[in-house]
Amino acid sequence: MSLELKNIWKSYPHRGGVQHVLRGVDLTIERGEFVSLIGHSGCGKSTLLGVAGGLTTADGGTIVLDGKVISGPGPDRAMVFQNYSLLPRLSLLQNVDVAVASARPQHSTKERTVLVEKYLTAVGLWEARHKRPGQVSGGMQQRAAVARAFAVEPKALLLDEPFGALDALTRARLQGQLIDLWQSESDTEIVLMVTHGIDEAILLSDRIVVMSNPPNPSIVDVIEVNIPRPRNRVNVLDSPQFRAIQERLLNLLTLEGERAA
Amino acid sequence: MSTLTVESLSDPTLETISVPPSIQPPATAKPTNRLAVFASTIAWAAVGFGALIAVWALAAAKVKGLPTPAATFTELRKLLAHPFASNGPSGKGIGLLMVSSLQRVLTGFGIAALVGIPLGVTMGASKHVWKAANPVIQLLRPVSPLAWFPIWLVAFKNAPHAAVWVIFITSLWPIVLNTAAGASSIPKDQRNVAKVFKLKRFAYVRHVMIPHTLPSIVTGLRLSMGVAWMVIVAVEMLSGGVGIGDYVWVAYNALNLAKVVSAILLIGVVGLALDAMFLRLGKAVALEEGHA
Repeated sequence: MSLELKNIWKSYPHRGGVQHVLRGVDLTIERGEFVSLIGHSGCGKSTLLGVAGGLTTADGGTIVLDGKVISGPGPDRAMVFQNYSLLPRLSLLQNVDVAVASARPQHSTKERTVLVEKYLTAVGLWEARHKRPGQVSGGMQQRAAVARAFAVEPKALLLDEPFGALDALTRARLQGQLIDLWQSESDTEIVLMVTHGIDEAILLSDRIVVMSNPPNPSIVDVIEVNIPRPRNRVNVLDSPQFRAIQERLLNLLTLEGERAA
Repeated sequence: MSTLTVESLSDPTLETISVPPSIQPPATAKPTNRLAVFASTIAWAAVGFGALIAVWALAAAKVKGLPTPAATFTELRKLLAHPFASNGPSGKGIGLLMVSSLQRVLTGFGIAALVGIPLGVTMGASKHVWKAANPVIQLLRPVSPLAWFPIWLVAFKNAPHAAVWVIFITSLWPIVLNTAAGASSIPKDQRNVAKVFKLKRFAYVRHVMIPHTLPSIVTGLRLSMGVAWMVIVAVEMLSGGVGIGDYVWVAYNALNLAKVVSAILLIGVVGLALDAMFLRLGKAVALEEGHA
């Protein structure tokens, strides 16, 4: 099983002309792989994620998941958005439950209840399950959004700067929970995450795709992260591999930044 | 209490009994006394009304024919003694007149809501409907609803019915525009969530559309009710029939301005109550802000 993005093109109208944001992007994410997209704003990383999720229609190219060409959004590629996007009038439990009921109508009520409880417990929200999104912190909302995404048993998980709006301590805890869920027995084995955090990308990913602003090619570099898992946050930050990748990313991104400026 | 004094600093033998200043808690904010806050609110409101009555008394002393505050309050007490008395067509109590006007307002307002909310939702959902309806609405919206009175009069051949339809037109625009604004501003991420998790149409309407549109709808209802309650007085002056606007007009023709001013105060009280109702409704449907 893999998620393949083949020769993706996307442009937007821009100041009377056309801005090509994605310029023939090829990217394959294999089963069990965690891939991050990193780059400056405007490089098209969120657009590429939207194309993978089917929310953005590409001008050209194909998306293949598990051998099948796909078009349009669907729960086989569950998404987590930066601003949580829980349904405001529903409790955290109902949020997950409604998503599972809509996305997986073939499940019996009992199967659904099991899934909902499993993932809400996994993100530590079972106690708070009857609270509404407006009654809990941003971190808890995002945990509920992660639980909702896993509970629909997607083949691929697409994350759009999922931890960008959270404070550092909450972010660290959520990163841990995300990795635990991904490595657990869940069917979700492909993760594609947009981030602007260099350390976050190295800590979580198997591969980091560095994207660049127009007019350069969309993908400027793909960096393998060969740090063995489980990765202990404290030890990893001091490891020479981490330092080397960090330096490489900083070089790539600051060079790009200076060119853009 | 700290024993840290100038002496204790200068005399090393006293140092052992001095408490470092950091241990002493700083002065904390006093808990707010809700009774005191309430009393101050009432007191300042009294100042405002006092000023109003003073200006009024001054004006009544200068201008011949204007009722004094005292005369008006006597009249007001008389009116409120039997508000629901019903002695023939011209002897109805002020409460009954108010109810009659309120009925007209609620009927026109209700029809406007029945028409305006679906129209607004459609405008918010479809760019084409928006582009077609918005210019028409923008042209008609600045027109005083009273200008429609002759048209309704010809259409219904009945002045009190025409008054109801003037209220309909009055209420329609704020309801349509606010509903359309609400329906068109459903956050993109919420719509994306509905797409990704394949929410059915019914679930989308119930969990996404209504929660995000209802606050704007209630705002529209509140605005239109406010204007409708203002316009009913004017339109009843034109239409006649049993109602508070007609009462004001008849009182003026009888040169009983104490009655007119009394009516103004009562109209204000009813309007305030209506607004408070919708304000409360608005709070009930408002979306909670998550805290960080």
